[in-house]
Amino acid sequence: MATTSPVSGTLERLRGTRVWRSIFRRGPAQTNRTRSLAIFGSLFLHFLPVKVREKSLRIRASYYLGSVSFLLFVILAVTGVMLMFYYHPAVPDAYRDMKDLRFVVSNGVFLRNLHRLAAQLMVLAVFWHMFHVFYRGGYKPPHEFNWVVGVILLIVTLFLSYTGYLLPWDQLAFWAITVGTNILSAMPFIGKRVRFMSLGGNNVGANALLRFYVLHCVVLPLIAVLLIAVHFWRVQKDGGLTLRDENGRAEK
Amino acid sequence: MAEQKNKYEGGFSSDAKKDPVRVVFITKKTSAKVQGEVSSQVMSFPHLLIREAIAFMVLVIGLVCVALFWDAPLEQLANPLVTPNPAKAPWYFLGLQELLHYFPPLVAGIIIPTLVIVSLVVIPYFNINIQGKPFWSAGGKRTLWIFLAAALVLTAAFVWTRAWTVLVPTDAVVLLMLYSRRAFSRGSQEAGYLPRRPLSWWVMTWFITVAVVLTVVGTFFRGPGWSWVWPWGGHAG
Repeated sequence: MATTSPVSGTLERLRGTRVWRSIFRRGPAQTNRTRSLAIFGSLFLHFLPVKVREKSLRIRASYYLGSVSFLLFVILAVTGVMLMFYYHPAVPDAYRDMKDLRFVVSNGVFLRNLHRLAAQLMVLAVFWHMFHVFYRGGYKPPHEFNWVVGVILLIVTLFLSYTGYLLPWDQLAFWAITVGTNILSAMPFIGKRVRFMSLGGNNVGANALLRFYVLHCVVLPLIAVLLIAVHFWRVQKDGGLTLRDENGRAEK
Repeated sequence: MAEQKNKYEGGFSSDAKKDPVRVVFITKKTSAKVQGEVSSQVMSFPHLLIREAIAFMVLVIGLVCVALFWDAPLEQLANPLVTPNPAKAPWYFLGLQELLHYFPPLVAGIIIPTLVIVSLVVIPYFNINIQGKPFWSAGGKRTLWIFLAAALVLTAAFVWTRAWTVLVPTDAVVLLMLYSRRAFSRGSQEAGYLPRRPLSWWVMTWFITVAVVLTVVGTFFRGPGWSWVWPWGGHAG
């Protein structure tokens, strides 16, 4: 291939190196064969179909709500890990860490703002995604199972957001969790026990903070990653997005 | 055709002697897989990936712009002895908290959320009206009477429990449905968007309307003792 500029020349040479070719074993994605290989030869991209219907790329087909939800999850994972470096799940250290993020850590406020904003948006995006899929008839056969996975992912998203709500250990956090977990005790027969189990005590305290921290940073993200993988994979296996023709009927 | 367990799936005949030529059954127009023409396709790499990348960049730029100027709230250190009035849950649970104001905790906190989740899960397993026939197209007067009876029962229940913020969106949807029926009976073929909606559409729209109204009321219109306040500061008593 003729090189036209020093940049593309360097890129070409880089692509020719043994190291590059050991990572990306296909050649440059210039034929449909290598473009296919780019998708199903990659662990991360093989969830996607090699080909998509042109119509499913239109904004109105999905508003990219599923993608946006996932991208927000990625942003939350990255900012979340960065916040973990500055956070101790203990009373009252947790609150002191919030103050440190504000006054000591460089860009600490920005980091926390980003995490919180993305979290609120993710709840909105996941809800909107579900409603949009419903109105498109995206739950109908053969998409039944993936719809159920989606409903579980919505619940996981809500739990992720809710467990994160306690972590700053300020008045807002403490009373929001107190109000929320009080509802649990309304459960017949097992309500008090379920509340005790989720808080690690009879009141919101240091044990509750530790439990919510572990759920928020380890358990729920792992469940979410697993279910997101199943969800993506099934979108492809079930035949892609549900599209509609001009009459509002589902089309293939 | 032998007995058909699921009319939306094709299958191989089990007895080759009985049905020697039949390899696969395709029923009516209900299968999404055989309806219409195959639309044109493009390679995911690069057409889909470039769009995902653009979506990601737009999202990150937007988030950064807002996060630079809009600070996450931080109040005083948690104090179990000082209860704020009102103590509010996160915004996405304020709809439930608003329900708790009207109904006993068992109903508002456990039964209603469980019912919502269960119904969301089972939606796709009832192959009811899979072609999306308009709600008002079936039954004529009978549908109307059943609908009116259901609307009346719901209205009475919410008046009896004084659940005004549930009643108003519910009856708004009821009125919209009656309005769409009038439009439907005038001209069924050329009817507009609303008259052509199936029942599932109406149920989901009702659910979303109630959920949004409850959440907005819980977030902006509730003050000390869960009394009604105006977001701009007035107290309605």
